[in-house]
Amino acid sequence: MSKNLRINNKQFVDETRKLSFIFNGKKLYGYKGDTLASALLSNDIHLVGRSFKYHRPRGIMTSGSEEPNAILQIGNDDALTDPNVRATEIELYDGLICNSQNCWPSVKFDIGGINNFLSPLLPAGFYYKTFMWPASFWEKYEYFIRKSAGLGKSPTKQDPDMYDHRYMHCDILIVGGGVSGLIAAKIASDDNKKVLLLEDKELLGGSLIYDDNDTSKIDNQKSSEWLKKLIENIKNDKNIIIKTRTSVAAYHNYNFLLARQNLTDHLSVNDRNNKIRQRLYKIRAKKVIISTGAIERPQVFHNNDRPGIMLASAVKKYIDYYGVRCGLENVIFTNNDSAYETALSLHKSGTKLNAIIDIRANSSSEIVNKVKSLGIQIYWNHTVVNTKGYKRINKITIMKLNDNGNDVVGKKIELNCDCLAISGGWTPMVHLFTQSGGKLKFDNKDNIFVPDKTNLNQLSIGSAKGDFELDDVLKNSIKDTKKFLQIENSNFDKIDVKCSKEKEKKNIWLLPSDKPLSKTKPFLDYQNDSTAKDIKLALREGFKSIEHVKRYTTTGMGTDQGKLANMHALGIVADTTNTNMGDLGTTTFRPPYTPLTFGTIVGRNVGQFFDIFRKTPMHDWHVDNNANFENVGQWKRAWYYPKDGESMHDAVQRESKAARESSGILDASTLGKIDIQGTDANEFLNRVYTNAWSKLQIGKCRYGLMLNEDGMVYDDGVTTKIGENHYLMTTTTGGAANVMSKLEDYLQTEWPELDVFLTSVTDHYATASVCGPNAKKIINKIFKDLDLSDESFPHMSFKEVKLGNINCRIMRISFTGELSYEINVEASYGKYIWEKCIEAGKEFNITPYGTETMHLLRAEKGFIIVGQDTDGTMTPVDLQMDWIISKKKYDFIGKRSLYRSDTIREDRKQLVGLLTDDPNEILEEGAQIVKDENRKPVNMLGHVTSSYFSPTLKKSIALAVLKEGKKLKGQKLLVPMIDKTIKVTVSDTVFLDKENERING
Amino acid sequence: MFLINCPYCGERDQSEFISGGEAHIARPKQPTELNDDQWAEYLFMRKNIKGIQFERWNHAHGCRKWFNVARDTSNDKIEKIYKMGEQPPKL
Ligand SMILES: [Zn+2]
Repeated sequence: MSKNLRINNKQFVDETRKLSFIFNGKKLYGYKGDTLASALLSNDIHLVGRSFKYHRPRGIMTSGSEEPNAILQIGNDDALTDPNVRATEIELYDGLICNSQNCWPSVKFDIGGINNFLSPLLPAGFYYKTFMWPASFWEKYEYFIRKSAGLGKSPTKQDPDMYDHRYMHCDILIVGGGVSGLIAAKIASDDNKKVLLLEDKELLGGSLIYDDNDTSKIDNQKSSEWLKKLIENIKNDKNIIIKTRTSVAAYHNYNFLLARQNLTDHLSVNDRNNKIRQRLYKIRAKKVIISTGAIERPQVFHNNDRPGIMLASAVKKYIDYYGVRCGLENVIFTNNDSAYETALSLHKSGTKLNAIIDIRANSSSEIVNKVKSLGIQIYWNHTVVNTKGYKRINKITIMKLNDNGNDVVGKKIELNCDCLAISGGWTPMVHLFTQSGGKLKFDNKDNIFVPDKTNLNQLSIGSAKGDFELDDVLKNSIKDTKKFLQIENSNFDKIDVKCSKEKEKKNIWLLPSDKPLSKTKPFLDYQNDSTAKDIKLALREGFKSIEHVKRYTTTGMGTDQGKLANMHALGIVADTTNTNMGDLGTTTFRPPYTPLTFGTIVGRNVGQFFDIFRKTPMHDWHVDNNANFENVGQWKRAWYYPKDGESMHDAVQRESKAARESSGILDASTLGKIDIQGTDANEFLNRVYTNAWSKLQIGKCRYGLMLNEDGMVYDDGVTTKIGENHYLMTTTTGGAANVMSKLEDYLQTEWPELDVFLTSVTDHYATASVCGPNAKKIINKIFKDLDLSDESFPHMSFKEVKLGNINCRIMRISFTGELSYEINVEASYGKYIWEKCIEAGKEFNITPYGTETMHLLRAEKGFIIVGQDTDGTMTPVDLQMDWIISKKKYDFIGKRSLYRSDTIREDRKQLVGLLTDDPNEILEEGAQIVKDENRKPVNMLGHVTSSYFSPTLKKSIALAVLKEGKKLKGQKLLVPMIDKTIKVTVSDTVFLDKENERING
Repeated sequence: MFLINCPYCGERDQSEFISGGEAHIARPKQPTELNDDQWAEYLFMRKNIKGIQFERWNHAHGCRKWFNVARDTSNDKIEKIYKMGEQPPKL
């Protein structure tokens, strides 16, 4: 350290614990308790980044979450690196590595800095205006914008850290552990409430905890001493749960809040092993107290963005809390009394303060008088008109304001300055209040928006509510909290507070300069590089709404959400358009209040926990037999079983051939199964399916098609009559939950008079489906006493039999067109019965087949798959399934819609078969079908929904939906692909065994 | 995310429920008697008001029961919860 920037008052940093860190490749040192920002400042480093658009050098400006400039890339590990981290928020740890991010090739020499000289060419809306035309150039623009903008690098490898989610419930949630939040916590706890207190910093106490200036007293004690005792008291209070390093990201309706706790970011990398990095709390609070404080506003003047220009409150915190001087030639520039606290701290620490510039005419408050008495030069009624120093401020120029405050007069005075502490007043942190739906009102006295109306059980106190002086903060917090909690008395009722009271107020949103505005750079939003000029330009170009001005100029749209910029932007709009600020309204604050990592948002729901997956009881067998799986809803279904390096195509050809020629076996356990019981069960089925169910006999099965009330096909499946008032319905795998919920809906809300009970039994049963010419022989080997003759056990019937102690429900139903038996057993016997079938089928080359082969086999027979051949716009008539619509039934779900003017149109898309002229050409599912590809625009007639190569037919087959398809049978059409056009002929939907002979083996 | 007081289970998180749209639209008893316009009125037409709206909700991840909710769409405040078959409250 060349300069002596550390002072000897280090209450909050531990000088015995020296930590090393690397900034832009250079090894530096700080202490435990430092933030990265305070450590950098103690090394005399202000310049940390470049601005977004003009690449101007920028320095650390604040000491908190409102920091617009000091945004760094932390870490250099591909998996662990974190972009966009505020140096003011991250606690220093040993071995921390950080780099400036918005500069190339280095922070000190930045090629993008040339934009600064080009800035007349980069006004507000520049990106919108320039990069709109010609649109085909966008790729080129994007390359340059991305390269020169580059806000940090994302990690390129998987995040190895652990994140956690936790629910919390409390009577009173207090957001912000400053003095008002602490008092509220104590009052609530004394009333026996369960309190949760969240503080985003490491320590409780807010700004009062390091206040050491004797300008205020509480109960005749130094206010920081009084506060320390209160904190000790609260830490031992069993009613209060305290979470530090925890910031609320979002405040939703019904007092539901999300808060992120940092658990390891302050530890050295080696100490983080096996620890949870961050935790997201999902909090439900009966009542919420917001005590988030206020943030200081900068002032807007020419060249107000140089490194070394900082908020006055930050300069004070760096001295009083971290023991770090931000400069050796300090100047304060203010419009209010609070910056005089900084003057006292500078003076007390023996740090040189060259002058105070105050835009007010004078002030005679207690604290100002005290500063006056120290002999510090104060320039009343003056403003800063310019600053100098490219990478660090070194001089400022000040001038006297005229009587109206809209121009400067007199001679320029130049002052030496390597740290300019600026204060433009204070803005309550109302972000969470507005996120929760609260409405603000404008306070003309302090030029602030304060909480007004809310629908929620919440209260804002302290400076978050607009109280800035200690006696107001304390007394109103006590009074308001008591009222909010309906408490008569508290232990704070006799509190005695002494503090200096501000007497003079003056505010100028855009300070005048000796130069015309067009020649100046008064920055509003440091992160997005928008200036007062940009706001005025937007207004000249006709933007009126503050939301439009914000988007056009990008003011307030950075990662800091314009915490520093918004008020000035509003103020300048109001001044320019002669509007009341209160009438302009504010822009909307949206969650998160500060950025969250993706890891925090997803918590444990990563990798195999990303989504639930469901396995059938036979799953392990499929795994052992080399199945590839596909996701169907949440199910993992065996897709195909490749043998010795077979491709999917080869495996499917082999599997389907085996099923047609001898026998195949499918795991059908995933089909939805609903147990239906009750005296009105039959009537219920009549109402929900299109076909008639009245004559179905016990022991028989029937296929049903279910529609939506709009007449479109919703689901299908086979239902079996098990007993007089007892049915087992099957649904599609993906539709099971929706069908169940739809049926419940009708039962509960439309037909409560029906005596019907529904139970989902999908998970209760496992289903092995054995098909093929040899299926009967295989089933016979397992169930030796079962009469499998067509007379006793015909197609579409059901038998309940025992295999040892296992109850088996066997349905003779077929989705492949082959003779087929589905054996349903209790789920726990699923693997047993499956292996039994495999063993019995060995001599018949029983071949397990997956969903892909199932799809091929059913397509050969022209059976639809709801959701593949239908898409919610197909009626049964469109599917050429007119036969399944009962003509006799008075009503069923969707019936009336089947003869709406739209559904009876003849030119609707209808399901057809397609055959390619070249039998080896397989169409792509989703491919468009046209008649004439030369007439532009090409008229799309429909698309392919299912397509396969059939090994049995030795040709390619496809199903498609086609406009007026029924009429087009035999027609030649075209399927244009990217590299060729495929000729097809419209055919019947049934390709194989039109006579249904295979069904009997 | 709001809280819904299921009339059968008590207060639960919104994530346990699904919304079933506007309430008190009964399925016509004799759909075949209706012309296209009348059927379309039942099938498609729904209100989307700012203010108190009567809706159907289902405790899908709980008791699976349907019930009615009077909700202020401007602030999600639930004014009243009442069972299926009951008439909408005067609010
Ligand atoms: Zn319930």
